[in-house]
Amino acid sequence: MLRFLLQRLATIVPTLFFVSVLIFGLQQLLPGDPATALAGEERDPEAIRYLRQKFHLDEPLPVRYWYWASGVLKGDLGDSVRIQKPVTELILEKLPVTIQLATMAMLIALVIGVTAGVISAVKRDTWWDYGANVFALWGLSTPNFWLGILLILVFAVQLGWLPASGYVSPFEDLGANLAAMIMPAFVLGNAIAAVLMRHTRSAMLQVLSSDYVRTARAKGLDERVVVLKHALRNALIPIITLGALEFGTLLSGAVLTEQVFTIPGFGKLIVDAVFNRDYSVVQGVVLFTATVYIMLNLLADLAYFFVNPRMRH
Amino acid sequence: MRIRQAFVLLLFASTVQGQTLRIGLAEDPDILDPTMARTFVGRIVFAGLCDKLFDLDEKLNVVPQLATSYEWSADNKSLTLKLRNGVTFHDGEKMDARAVKFNLERHRDTPGSNRKGELSVISSVDAVDASTVRINLSAPFAPLLTVLTDRAGMMVSPKAAQATGEKFGAKPVCSGPFRFVERIAQDRIVLERYPNYWNKGEIHFDRIVYQPIPDATVRLANLRSGQLDFIERLQPSDVPQLKNDRRFRIAKIVELGYQGITINIGKSDLAQKNPLGKDARVREAFELSLDRDALVRVAMEGEAQPGNQWVAPNNRYYAKSVPVPKRNLERAKQLLREAGVPNPSFTLMTPTASDAQRMAQVIQAMAKDAGFDVKIQSTEFAASLKLADQGQFEAYLLAWSGRADPDGNLHIFLACKGPLNNSGWCKPEADEAIEKARVTLDPAQRAKLYETVAQNVAKDRPIIYLFHRNWLWAHNAKLTGLRTVPDGMVRVQGLKMN
Repeated sequence: MLRFLLQRLATIVPTLFFVSVLIFGLQQLLPGDPATALAGEERDPEAIRYLRQKFHLDEPLPVRYWYWASGVLKGDLGDSVRIQKPVTELILEKLPVTIQLATMAMLIALVIGVTAGVISAVKRDTWWDYGANVFALWGLSTPNFWLGILLILVFAVQLGWLPASGYVSPFEDLGANLAAMIMPAFVLGNAIAAVLMRHTRSAMLQVLSSDYVRTARAKGLDERVVVLKHALRNALIPIITLGALEFGTLLSGAVLTEQVFTIPGFGKLIVDAVFNRDYSVVQGVVLFTATVYIMLNLLADLAYFFVNPRMRH
Repeated sequence: MRIRQAFVLLLFASTVQGQTLRIGLAEDPDILDPTMARTFVGRIVFAGLCDKLFDLDEKLNVVPQLATSYEWSADNKSLTLKLRNGVTFHDGEKMDARAVKFNLERHRDTPGSNRKGELSVISSVDAVDASTVRINLSAPFAPLLTVLTDRAGMMVSPKAAQATGEKFGAKPVCSGPFRFVERIAQDRIVLERYPNYWNKGEIHFDRIVYQPIPDATVRLANLRSGQLDFIERLQPSDVPQLKNDRRFRIAKIVELGYQGITINIGKSDLAQKNPLGKDARVREAFELSLDRDALVRVAMEGEAQPGNQWVAPNNRYYAKSVPVPKRNLERAKQLLREAGVPNPSFTLMTPTASDAQRMAQVIQAMAKDAGFDVKIQSTEFAASLKLADQGQFEAYLLAWSGRADPDGNLHIFLACKGPLNNSGWCKPEADEAIEKARVTLDPAQRAKLYETVAQNVAKDRPIIYLFHRNWLWAHNAKLTGLRTVPDGMVRVQGLKMN
């Protein structure tokens, strides 16, 4: 176990180095000069010259990478050039929002997706199964922004039950916070639930037809115990992997959903930063989410140990 | 007991809510430092936060704000301002002549300042006494007063600016009706009423919350669900639907800026490689193929005013002797035949915004009727600016947000040495008039000079001006006191929720 953990940790360092080079390199491929983009429509030549100098844009690429990477090692991700705020501060500001949104979306996805998956596997080829499949198809094929705008029109404009968009801190007003987050969380969760449902269903079908499940049934165990304790636990491995990956994606920001509901999370932060060529923000946020993603994968690997005893050997 | 408490709380909550003005913005502003700021949307927030030396009225007259009067010297090379007494910054510091001197020098000298160009003519600033400032210029500069109605005229607390240096924009301290409370990037900017504001009788809200909501549909949904009181940049296509809803009002103003097509006629080799850049007759034919009224109707849902100069036809500096040309396909075809290119082809570079795309398609279809083959090349905004500056384009569809003084719409684009002269046009007669209009203070004489420029531009067409958009605002019908000044700023003085 310990060896496994150390092995995995050792691969993280070169991975992160590679990721940092990639982020830095890819960004240079963006068309348009960051100084011009920042200077805006007036783009005073002198202001452009100043910006180029200030952000070392006139120096060779490796030197610029060094400036950035040495800062990162010291825990300094640089400042946003657009609004003059440290990137670390921006990340810390958005992180709770994104975590909350991702967690709520994931809970919604798990509750709907796993339940629907188990039901459709157990009740295979019945109306339950067909219904769950239709739901999955709808979830997969509905664009997030469309569902988002539809929900806003129904629940905010027509019924007036929920706020149309915006974000309230849970420490300020928990009720208002949940009211603001439920629609975006549902939009995100809905799409993931569909994927989870499909995977749960196929994993469950496989497990349900295995020998030990037949044995369990032959022993006269209650069907509920067979399904939930024997079958589902073994079927959970692909679901955990998938869930961790999806959760990682959620944490890196749900661009369209955040845009539609004006949720100030990572997605909005990074898209705006790309359009404004706010390099340090893009680099900082991508590096941060890459790290989180890698960590989540590690956690998923560890979770196998706890869920499935066979993996411990 | 508990019920009563709850009731009181509810009552309190509702009154607090009633005193907050919630404004939906189309973008997240950039740095909230008047010296460094670059965006149009940022100026809307500044309108609540920072007072300026002068302001504009609905007819674009310069009116007093922090300065109460002004006087030009005989040689027009120095401007003396009398300042309003008893004005303080949000940190309690005095807004006096020394503060004005500090600010003008800060705008002019700070590295990377975006006000440098506007104030480069200032050679020195004297604080004559506590309420008198003399601005000395290296040459007369007619646009100066109007420049001081915008960010260059905004005064920040010298003490705060010195203490925070480069980080001033994170917590700006000005002297406007509202002071800065907090900013959550991409979420909200919160201001609260400054109790010692010099004109506090005109302020009827306790707080203003500016919320950037880039999606126009969502912005409107927030207004309709009552979460916002006011939104800027309503989509033209949403006007008919909202017009019939009595709960809301729509306000519109013709912008100071314009939408136009810049043509590369001398910026790079490309100019000589395509008929549009090479031959003025082809450009004339192109303009004659366009029907501006139809373009406005189709691409802008009628929410713009057709025009052919850098200022709108209702502006006092519009040259009436150069009217908007009507569509004339016969003449266009004839000109193309004379030029020997009956079917010229060129590329129109367009930003990726959907309204720009729509416009480009309409232009493409109209020009086709005269025989043009227009290829649309939609390019991400920042990338397109770069290509334009390098002269890597044939024609470029671009909007300019506009300045109150005509010089701000003209000089940088069409003066021979204009920093954004992307067309590469340089004509001595026009250049002389542009430069002379800068140093001439008399409006009648300036108008005459601009007429000369307009005639030359109409002949050579380095930029084909198309129209001036309407600023569209929508707000709660109970909100009154809104002033529609063409600069598109939301002035909070006098705004009231009934």
